[in-house]
Amino acid sequence: MSETKSRKSKSSKSQSASYSFDIFKHELVPKHEIVPIDEAVEILKRLGVKPEDLPWIRASDPAVRAIGGKPGDIIRVIRKSPTAGEVVVYRYVIPG
Amino acid sequence: MSDYMIEKIKFGILSPDEIRKMSVVQIISKDLFDDDGVPLKNSIMDPRLGVIEPGQRCEICGNTMRECPGHFGRLELARPVIHVGFVRHIHEILRATCRNCGRFKVPSSYIERYGDPEKAVEEIYRIYTKMKKRWPLLAKRLANTLKKEAMKVSQCPFCGAKQYKIRLEKPTSFFEESEEGNLKLTPIDIRQRLERVPDKDLEIMGYDPKEARPEWMIITVLPIPPLTIRPSIILETGARAEDDLTHKLADIVRANEKLKEALETGAPNIIVEDAWELLQYHITTYFDSETPGVPVAKQRYGRPLKGLVQRLKGKEGRFRGNLSGKRVDFSSRTVISPDPYLSINEVGVPVDVAKILTVPERVTPWNVERLREYVINGPFKWPGANYVITPDGRRLDLRFVKDRKALAQELGPGWIVERHLDNGDIVLFNRQPSLHRMSIMGHIVRVLPGRAFRLHLAVCPPYNADFDGDEMNLHVPQNEEARTEARVLMLVQKQILSPRYGGPIIGGIQDYISGAYVLSSKTTLLTKEEVIDLLSAAGYIGPIPEPAVLSPKRYWTGKQIISMFLPEDFNYRGAAKVSSGKLACNDYECFWDSYIVVKKGKLLLGVLDKKAIGSQEPESLYHFLVREYGDEVGREFIDKVFRIFIKVLEKRGFTMTLEDISLPNEAKAEIKRLLNESFEKVHELINRYRSGELEPEPGRTLEETLEIKIMEDVLRNAREMSGEIAVKYMDLFNNVFIMARTGARGSTLNITQMAATLGQQSIRGARISRGFRDRYTAHFKPGDLGAKARGFVENSFVEGLTPTEMFFHAAGGREGLVDTAVRTSQSGYMQRRLINALQDLYVEYDLSVRSIEGSMVQIIYGEDGIDPMKGIHEKSVDIDRLIERVAGHRL
Ligand SMILES: [Mg+2]
Ligand SMILES: [Zn+2]
Ligand SMILES: [Zn+2]
Repeated sequence: MSETKSRKSKSSKSQSASYSFDIFKHELVPKHEIVPIDEAVEILKRLGVKPEDLPWIRASDPAVRAIGGKPGDIIRVIRKSPTAGEVVVYRYVIPG
Repeated sequence: MSDYMIEKIKFGILSPDEIRKMSVVQIISKDLFDDDGVPLKNSIMDPRLGVIEPGQRCEICGNTMRECPGHFGRLELARPVIHVGFVRHIHEILRATCRNCGRFKVPSSYIERYGDPEKAVEEIYRIYTKMKKRWPLLAKRLANTLKKEAMKVSQCPFCGAKQYKIRLEKPTSFFEESEEGNLKLTPIDIRQRLERVPDKDLEIMGYDPKEARPEWMIITVLPIPPLTIRPSIILETGARAEDDLTHKLADIVRANEKLKEALETGAPNIIVEDAWELLQYHITTYFDSETPGVPVAKQRYGRPLKGLVQRLKGKEGRFRGNLSGKRVDFSSRTVISPDPYLSINEVGVPVDVAKILTVPERVTPWNVERLREYVINGPFKWPGANYVITPDGRRLDLRFVKDRKALAQELGPGWIVERHLDNGDIVLFNRQPSLHRMSIMGHIVRVLPGRAFRLHLAVCPPYNADFDGDEMNLHVPQNEEARTEARVLMLVQKQILSPRYGGPIIGGIQDYISGAYVLSSKTTLLTKEEVIDLLSAAGYIGPIPEPAVLSPKRYWTGKQIISMFLPEDFNYRGAAKVSSGKLACNDYECFWDSYIVVKKGKLLLGVLDKKAIGSQEPESLYHFLVREYGDEVGREFIDKVFRIFIKVLEKRGFTMTLEDISLPNEAKAEIKRLLNESFEKVHELINRYRSGELEPEPGRTLEETLEIKIMEDVLRNAREMSGEIAVKYMDLFNNVFIMARTGARGSTLNITQMAATLGQQSIRGARISRGFRDRYTAHFKPGDLGAKARGFVENSFVEGLTPTEMFFHAAGGREGLVDTAVRTSQSGYMQRRLINALQDLYVEYDLSVRSIEGSMVQIIYGEDGIDPMKGIHEKSVDIDRLIERVAGHRL
């Protein structure tokens, strides 16, 4: 296990962008998903904000790269919470 | 006059033209006063720079001293100098632009992408301006990376000129390192280079050329600030003392004059250079007298002069000292003292204070009689009044009104009386450091004799106050809105439950807990007289319940008394604090009375101690009482029942005696035996270590292994076990022991240290070893690793420490003091930064958390929408408690 991991992390250095292991398997990494555009418009309307008023997330964020998010996308993050069970938050993808 | 709104503030650099335009005086004279002491025209004391004498009118704006804002002058410098505040930017622009043509040195990757450098600049500019509108932060990052990359380019892509390294020698000297050697760049050279940089090129480096052309970072004309900003002080002797800035400006004018002279007389280059250098020094220290790399500018008597930066920076600076924190009127500060006969909502205010703090009260037909009384009493008799404001807005100082009776008769609607602080007024009470919102609470005034503010003991925890000399501040709200806010939002009883954690922060402490325990103990039986005494302490008026014991005499139990003050449908179950060790109970079949059962408002079983009524004790009887019946019931419980607890102790007597912490001889012998065995074990370990028999633990050296084994296996055990022995010999009704068991004060460790042994003293968790070489003091043999040589204190506080033990104890104690000192300063800094970052966030009506610009921080407050003050100890709903409330027991 550890051998495969180290080999892959080495290769990821050269390919820079793609990880070949699934970061979402880690229990501390919450679920990320790209919100479809029509649904995103709906959500922004509901919250009464412009996309850039949402908290930002970099396009280079490992989780964003793993799900293929592009600048301008809205990402839904579903986290576990000890008090609220599940918490849904939204992020706006920015370049960089 | 029409009102204006400040929409935004933009910072820029003043251009020489702007400085000349706003200047009303050109400074020429280096002398400040003529022979008669009159300020000279065209000096830095020129009266046109601002009126300083009352009654005079300003030559420039025609205003008197109060209205004239002061006016700037200017000093034309003989040679330009560098502005210290901008050296970093000057350095960066010099390196990022061409030394020959002044163009931005476009990095090669951009030239490759866009064809030629001209096109690249054009394209980057287009992208940059677009980005700046939508993502200003991102644009800033782009500009910075561009600048950083350009600094590495060694040949100009526009004119092909070779670029040299430019070195900054702190604080203000620049050198160019070319093949011919190091060449000093004078401010004139630098200014010329900066002038050549085109606007567009500057913009993509993140500068705004309209507001801040880089050549303006080199000073050619120095603005001379108005006199109002640097007032002179007339000393008692009649001598004038000038402000630091004036001194500094005088230095600058003199240095400039000298440089001008040197230039005009055609003095040798070195003389000119020196004079120029001196001018640079004075202007640098005028801005920042603590500039690194430069001698601190000093006043004649050695006091360091304050530069402009020093006026703004730090705790006493303009921002932290005068803007974020101000001294205010209608406030008072004095020592605090406890007063158990106040309500928790009240604060005791000394009469002397009440006669100075005032509340403005409008005269109405309903209060006019009362207000007349105040006016007649005047400023020196409480309750009186200090000022009266007439309907036409005049303020009458009652100290100087001859006939107050006549004035009182004149009062009518439209008048305002600034009356003394009176009983029932609401005030804000505060103790620093104000770390959470309960550090400022609303209190109701009780005017009392004495010189100290008084407060109920149960509000000590939210303020973190004690009475070893603590002082507190009191503020009197001056309008109806502020008073209503204080009453509705800030009143003490509204703060019983803390939003910091779900639990009461106001509740029983110390004697309240001991008293509750004594009263609720099974052994407490009260006669009718005693019951009456206790109930009247609570101010109870009403029938007494049937006694619990009828024969041989009528006796009431303490639990009966407490039950009289619980709501009739209140249910509660839970272990008491005393439920531990031998006395542990976990349900209602409890022999030791250490499991609390309240059913339908009757305390049936169990003693009340810290777990039931204590402050900062979540899920306690008192917590549920406040949560479920409201703050009014919670306040009443403290104001009434807590007073009974105190009364119980008064009647019974509760103290601490030497006897409580003295052990019988056999106990002492037992402890002695135990300690000797432990010392022997330490010896054995050391012997095994010396002979090499000791096996090191994984990841540890042999020495570390030995220390751990000694500390953890032997000596800690020794203290714990001697504590157990001490407690074993203690009477269950030993006062000190009661306090420790109920959580009123102290712990078993404290008892152990008083009665049995102090145990191992430590520094940073290790035995004390530093001091002399290989030993702590000269009283031990070098290399002695034994328990007593390394900080084990065998004696107890009662027995008394030997001199060497005393030093070990002092060494360990010092560490605690240093720790707290370091911690408070660090946490204070963190607190300030957190508050600065979070102060403008607010909860919108849709429960989302937003910043002032409207950006979303949390979609719903706390991600669960729960007010921690209303939840239970980090839980949002407590189903178990809901069931208990209804069914009377938990599932
Ligand atoms: Mg104190
Ligand atoms: Zn004026
Ligand atoms: Zn060039």
